[in-house]
Amino acid sequence: MSIVDLVLDTGFFAAAVRLAIPLLFGTLSELTAERSGVLNLGIEGMMLSGALAGFGTASATGSLWLGVLAAIAIGMTIGAVMAVLVVNLRLDQTVTGLGVSLAATGLVFYSYRLGFGESSTPPSITPFSTIPLPFLSDIPVIGQVFFNQYALTYVAYLLVPALAFFLYRTPAGLSLRTVGENPQAAAAAGIDPIRARILALVVAGGLAGLAGAYLNLAAFGSFTFGIVSGRGWICLALVVLGRWNPIACAAAAVLFGAVDAFQLRLQASGAVDLPYQLFLALPYAATLVAMILNAKRAVGPAALMQPYDAEHR
Amino acid sequence: MRLVARPNRNSPLRDAMMPVAAVAASLLICAVLILLAGANPLTAFGIMAKAAFWGKFALTETLARAAPLILSGLAALVALRTRFWNIGGEGQIIVGAMAAAWVGALTSLPTPLLIPFMLIGAALAGAALAAVPASLKTRLGVDEVVSTLMLNFIVMYLMQALLSGPWKDPVTGWTNSPSILRAAEFPVFWKGTRLHLGVLVAFLAVGVVGVIMKRTTLGLSMKIVGENPRAARHAGLDVTRVTLAAALLSGALAGLAGAGEIGGIQFQVIASISSGYGYAGIVVAMLARLSAAGIIPAALFIAAITTGADEMSRQTGVPFFIADAMQGICLIAVLVAMTLSRYQIRFRTSPERRATP
Amino acid sequence: MPTDTPILSLAGITKRFGGTTANKAVDFDLAPGEIVGLLGENGAGKTTLMNVVFGLYRPDEGIIRIDGQPVGIATTADAIALGIGMVHQHSHAVARHTVLENLMTGLPGRKGLLDRRSALRRLTEIGDAYGLRLDPDRPVGELAVGERQRLDIIRALFRKARVLILDEPTSVLTPQESEGLFSALRALRNDKVGIVFISHKLNEVRAITDRIVVMRRGEVVADVPNDGKLTNVGLASLMCGHEPERVVRQPRQRGEARLSLRGLRLTDTRHGGAAKAPIDLDIHAGEIVGIAGVSGNGQVRLAETVAGVEAAAAGEIGLDGNIVRDPSPRRMQAHGLAYIPEDRIGAGLVGSMPVRENMVLSRYVEAPFSRRGWLDWQAILDFARRQIAAYDVRPTDPHLPVGLLSGGNQQKAIIARELAFSPRVLVIAQPTRGLDVSAIAFVHRALMNLRDEGCAIMLISDDLDEIFQLSDRIAVMYEGEIVRDTPVEEATVPTVGLAMTEGRMAGRNAA
Repeated sequence: MSIVDLVLDTGFFAAAVRLAIPLLFGTLSELTAERSGVLNLGIEGMMLSGALAGFGTASATGSLWLGVLAAIAIGMTIGAVMAVLVVNLRLDQTVTGLGVSLAATGLVFYSYRLGFGESSTPPSITPFSTIPLPFLSDIPVIGQVFFNQYALTYVAYLLVPALAFFLYRTPAGLSLRTVGENPQAAAAAGIDPIRARILALVVAGGLAGLAGAYLNLAAFGSFTFGIVSGRGWICLALVVLGRWNPIACAAAAVLFGAVDAFQLRLQASGAVDLPYQLFLALPYAATLVAMILNAKRAVGPAALMQPYDAEHR
Repeated sequence: MRLVARPNRNSPLRDAMMPVAAVAASLLICAVLILLAGANPLTAFGIMAKAAFWGKFALTETLARAAPLILSGLAALVALRTRFWNIGGEGQIIVGAMAAAWVGALTSLPTPLLIPFMLIGAALAGAALAAVPASLKTRLGVDEVVSTLMLNFIVMYLMQALLSGPWKDPVTGWTNSPSILRAAEFPVFWKGTRLHLGVLVAFLAVGVVGVIMKRTTLGLSMKIVGENPRAARHAGLDVTRVTLAAALLSGALAGLAGAGEIGGIQFQVIASISSGYGYAGIVVAMLARLSAAGIIPAALFIAAITTGADEMSRQTGVPFFIADAMQGICLIAVLVAMTLSRYQIRFRTSPERRATP
Repeated sequence: MPTDTPILSLAGITKRFGGTTANKAVDFDLAPGEIVGLLGENGAGKTTLMNVVFGLYRPDEGIIRIDGQPVGIATTADAIALGIGMVHQHSHAVARHTVLENLMTGLPGRKGLLDRRSALRRLTEIGDAYGLRLDPDRPVGELAVGERQRLDIIRALFRKARVLILDEPTSVLTPQESEGLFSALRALRNDKVGIVFISHKLNEVRAITDRIVVMRRGEVVADVPNDGKLTNVGLASLMCGHEPERVVRQPRQRGEARLSLRGLRLTDTRHGGAAKAPIDLDIHAGEIVGIAGVSGNGQVRLAETVAGVEAAAAGEIGLDGNIVRDPSPRRMQAHGLAYIPEDRIGAGLVGSMPVRENMVLSRYVEAPFSRRGWLDWQAILDFARRQIAAYDVRPTDPHLPVGLLSGGNQQKAIIARELAFSPRVLVIAQPTRGLDVSAIAFVHRALMNLRDEGCAIMLISDDLDEIFQLSDRIAVMYEGEIVRDTPVEEATVPTVGLAMTEGRMAGRNAA
């Protein structure tokens, strides 16, 4: 089987979309935060927390949707904590985000051990099954790739234009963009930059939690310590790649879903006789390459990483 | 809620007390976590302290575990001082370890040169890896936060690929690299302990970095670039070169941490050769308030938590991951404390109320 | 003279920042259809007071009344809702958004959507009523400074402001643009809008206002009708509490050319590429050459290029008759050039670092402060102590972070650093911006002494008074080139002003 054969079937593209969705949720999350002027390095920890909260709630209650809600809730909570730290207290966004990710990771592992013990076989749940959309899934090729997916995937499809519409067509979206570009200008126009950034981080947290929930409630069906393994941080790069625009960010996420699907296929096929870890490194290497290629053209929100001090003199 | 600058912003005593307060606050949070696990926090902390400090073995183990944390903390200190966000300590430790393991297994090298070359090789490897994000930043403007994070994953998987490929143990089939030569194993200063040469290197490095930061023009240049790159440029500093120098120094220090783990502890590369030392370095550096002198107590504290948590977990059943959680909480707590030492928090009072005389 | 209930009334407003009191029990009234000039030195508390009215700062004490009713203004949104609009000295607009987007920011919209159509309609109405027009789809980053200010005024009117606060609106405008602004303000006055006009330009305040309020050190010291009897000298002494001290420039024979610019083309930050025309300029020993110009015409770039911070697009810089190859800050300094940038805390100092380090910021790599890469802290400390004493920097503790010093003392610290090694050439930009009266006098004396010792000085300033007071020659910059260069004796404020606004044509005519 040649490498070309590996990617030339609908199954591959469907897998690419499936793997792109957590990245998509994560990228939209990071986009929301960064558009308000906050770099959210806590996204990794938020995704992991969402994954465990979703999985834990689903396996305790038997309801996958309650799991999704729990994941969103925990993400929003961590987003609020992050907001107090970097928006109210104006702490350094880089180190704080890292701290939030480290703390969340430790707490997640700790909670997992408390909840599920040290069993060698990780408990698993029955994940969401795919729902073919009527009519749309009958379209040749495209139907199978895009419209025979999980319900959460369809949510993601809707979220992309919704966020774009919000940012570019509504007063609140314009306010958010203004806060990210020039919080002083926003304040002069009667917008409270502090409040806007807190809200943005809470929403970003919810989306990151959702990304985590998708990973085990839809994609994998079980929780492992390595379930996120840097996907949150890849989202940081995808936002740059998508130039802070929801539509372009979605395209970037799908591209990286394809990279992930490709490396999984390559592993499974045995077509290339190399240690499988080399394939695992592929998405990260692709991210790095993409950042290099995109370097000179990427211009983020002007106030990104600048704390806002209302009474600055 | 808003911040109001404290009238007396320059208080050395308050600055010195700040990390202590941060540690106390994080211990308090962890006490709650331990309660949730059904154990008595005081007993648990007692076990931790005893396991970390009581007796020759415990004390030397903590010291040995502090060595990579000291070096990784110094690496973070140098980078953060220059505002070069090197979060790639993890990857740099791993390449340092791989370089040391490779040199240490070279039979063609004269025996006395083995250990010095291991150290040099590890430092060079770490520096070389750090040079990548540094030049990407200075030449192309690629954000180093993401590039260093990505390199961590890339290096980790490359190492694992090596371990399950060319470096796989031919006899046992285990995914460990071949052991280094006997002569390449670091000398131990106290028989029956693991107080090896790498620990000495770490302590020496504290002095070296302290002197660089305090007494040399390079150190002052790094601080100026970190605090205000625009003023640095106006004062005639070559910001690119200073950034690069800081990255190289930072990477070399992280690389040395890897060498210590190979030469003094593991004697071969194993998959978990750096279990989070790179990230912990940032915690150590912040706890030390970015001063070289503070690195040793900060690293000892983090080392004590990890050695202590091992034993506590065994005895009480409280999951070991309390140590990981504690590191993250400590980092956040120290950041908050640093801000509170300069600002007071005022909660919003209605302007009408205050506006009325 | 309007006599209605005041549209805006402040009683006993006090505002403190840390240890300093910026406003001390200030009373202030504004009637509908009245233009009040708010005068004061830098740091007198004018802007702070108006920021309190606009909800940017919260007062520590005092009452604000609108139409006689006490109101609480906690946020700018409250202020806007009460009909207060503010135009800041530096435009608060988002460069990457269009004019229309900036105007719609913070407006409620219609049915949850941005209401482009009614915004366009309103823009046309305001254009028709007050002559304030802008292209709705241009990104604000492309607008000239005056157009940005127009945007800010339109934005206030968009929100149906009845109180309009203008903070130093003409400091960035050409005289022509100022005249356009004034006619718009008169039209607004006829529509019963109350206007606060903050400025320290006495002529303008006398020309446009109905009443003048003078502030000094956070307090109102005079509140007088503008009945045509007020004089500039009288107002100035009210503003600073005494007759302003003026440095006297003694005529002096100039020496040889120290700094020579030949065919120097500046890079253009706003549009990329190079300035249209080259600069040729000589500055001689014992001479101050004032560079006048409306802010944003390349003065900052000229200073940075001569100092070696920015590369020139073309041309040569000569020091003492030798062309400097590949200029860099270090190289220019080695040739005896000292540079004091306009942005003190952003480019001249490292605020978080002690005064000690800042005193040697550009020299610590050299002996005696370091040898072979090793710092000599004792030498650095001795030097810092010496310079602190010589230039009266306060507080005198060399270990204090320089960011905690007042603006005047920060400027003294930079001057102490840059003048320590008797520079042969000094480039100094906006030397007294934001300083109080005594600090200004100190800086002016230091510059005059330096000139009398034979230094060649390039003085860049937006303040024409300062330029005329100190300069031996006045050059005018317009769009990145020097359009006029005459001895001060041949320059008058009108001719220089004209060259500032109209460039070379005016310069030729005047010469």
